[in-house]
Amino acid sequence: MALWVTFWGTRGSIPVSLDCASVRNKLASAIVAASGKGLDTQEKARAWVDTELDFAVSHTFGGNSACVQLDAGDEEFVLCDLGSGVRAFGNHVFNRDGPSKKRTFHVFLSHLHWDHIMGFPFFGPAYVPGNRIRIYGCHAHIEQALRRQQDPPSFPVPFDSLAASIEFITLQPGRSYDIAGWSVTARLQNHSGDSYGYRFVRDGRIIVYSTDSEHRLDIPDEVEGAAAFFSEADLVIFDAMYSLAEAVSVKEDWGHSSNVVAVELCQLANAKHLVLFHHEPANNDERIAEIWRETLRYEEISRTGEPLRVSAAYDGMEIEL
Amino acid sequence: MHVSQERYGDALVLTPVGRIDNSTTDGLKSDLNTHVVTCRKGGDRLVLDFSKVDYISSVGLRVLMLAAKKIREQEGMIVVAALQPVAREIFEISRFNLVFQCFGTVRDALGKVSAAALEAYDSAHGA
Repeated sequence: MALWVTFWGTRGSIPVSLDCASVRNKLASAIVAASGKGLDTQEKARAWVDTELDFAVSHTFGGNSACVQLDAGDEEFVLCDLGSGVRAFGNHVFNRDGPSKKRTFHVFLSHLHWDHIMGFPFFGPAYVPGNRIRIYGCHAHIEQALRRQQDPPSFPVPFDSLAASIEFITLQPGRSYDIAGWSVTARLQNHSGDSYGYRFVRDGRIIVYSTDSEHRLDIPDEVEGAAAFFSEADLVIFDAMYSLAEAVSVKEDWGHSSNVVAVELCQLANAKHLVLFHHEPANNDERIAEIWRETLRYEEISRTGEPLRVSAAYDGMEIEL
Repeated sequence: MHVSQERYGDALVLTPVGRIDNSTTDGLKSDLNTHVVTCRKGGDRLVLDFSKVDYISSVGLRVLMLAAKKIREQEGMIVVAALQPVAREIFEISRFNLVFQCFGTVRDALGKVSAAALEAYDSAHGA
């Protein structure tokens, strides 16, 4: 059975969008690159854009905050986090199934910082009677955090006006749960106010969602714990917001990690595929693409075993396992 | 990890040898900490000679960062010299090239940190 992971929001801290200057620069770069290519039809142009043009020119990494879908082809949906990307996911569900079909959504929250919950008031299915939304997490005040962001004067629609059935389920880190066909285990992570990573297992395949976590590879217990949590994972979604130099200096204790630590930890854990996630909002597409290329190179330099595949998440990216 | 040292005037050149990773970082940390104490305003300048380092991991880089922080607090000076191609790439990927002043050769580095150290180096090497 195929498993799919879809990234609806990949940006850290705050949503961002392309501005006019960025679009203009992309257009200019594309026109120059297309010069002399004989792209005189839409088909030729699209094929060339998809295969020849640099990703940072032809696409954007997007700007929605964290929301990732795990899809095993079930009727019920499984999501990680409720960042602004969940709005696009809700629209996708409406477009695909229509607004009135009754659905169940299972949501695992890494933590309650605003960028990870801000999309919920804009999640269309929450307004549909008969829908069921089960929100899981290890924090004690999940319901309070979600209610508060819809309280006046912050939002015009109070939480109690949401027509779906909304349940909150507290999980214990380190314990495995069978939820929606997945075996799910949470792990405490180093982040202001705590965050939790999730290890999902299904049909022998392993997906780790580890965002908003400052991994310290100089602390043996931390290394051992994280490597065990990531062990043999088919996919690791990893907070690589900062450069290593930032993460160990001016942004130490800010609760995020780097691409370098991501590679080392995945190699140690014998993971197969690393996805750089929670992109720094100050970084434009060119910068994220540069970090991706550098991470590919660092993986080559530091490799001691099997190659680790490295991707940079973008809004709309789908990965099949 | 073996770290050799040479003094040139008021500068100390530390030369780690081999691969700096989780299994060898403690040796580097220990040697570096010994010299960080004297690397202060009016004291020794430190030059890290990377000519014999073929790899440095994040843990090794963290040790360098901690040393640099301490030295800056003491108004001392630490620089890096002679990065080999792979180590240079790692410095660039991790952005440590923005934290440390990096020089092509030990001589260039000594010229930056102290005229007396450069003179001592040239004298020792017959320049």
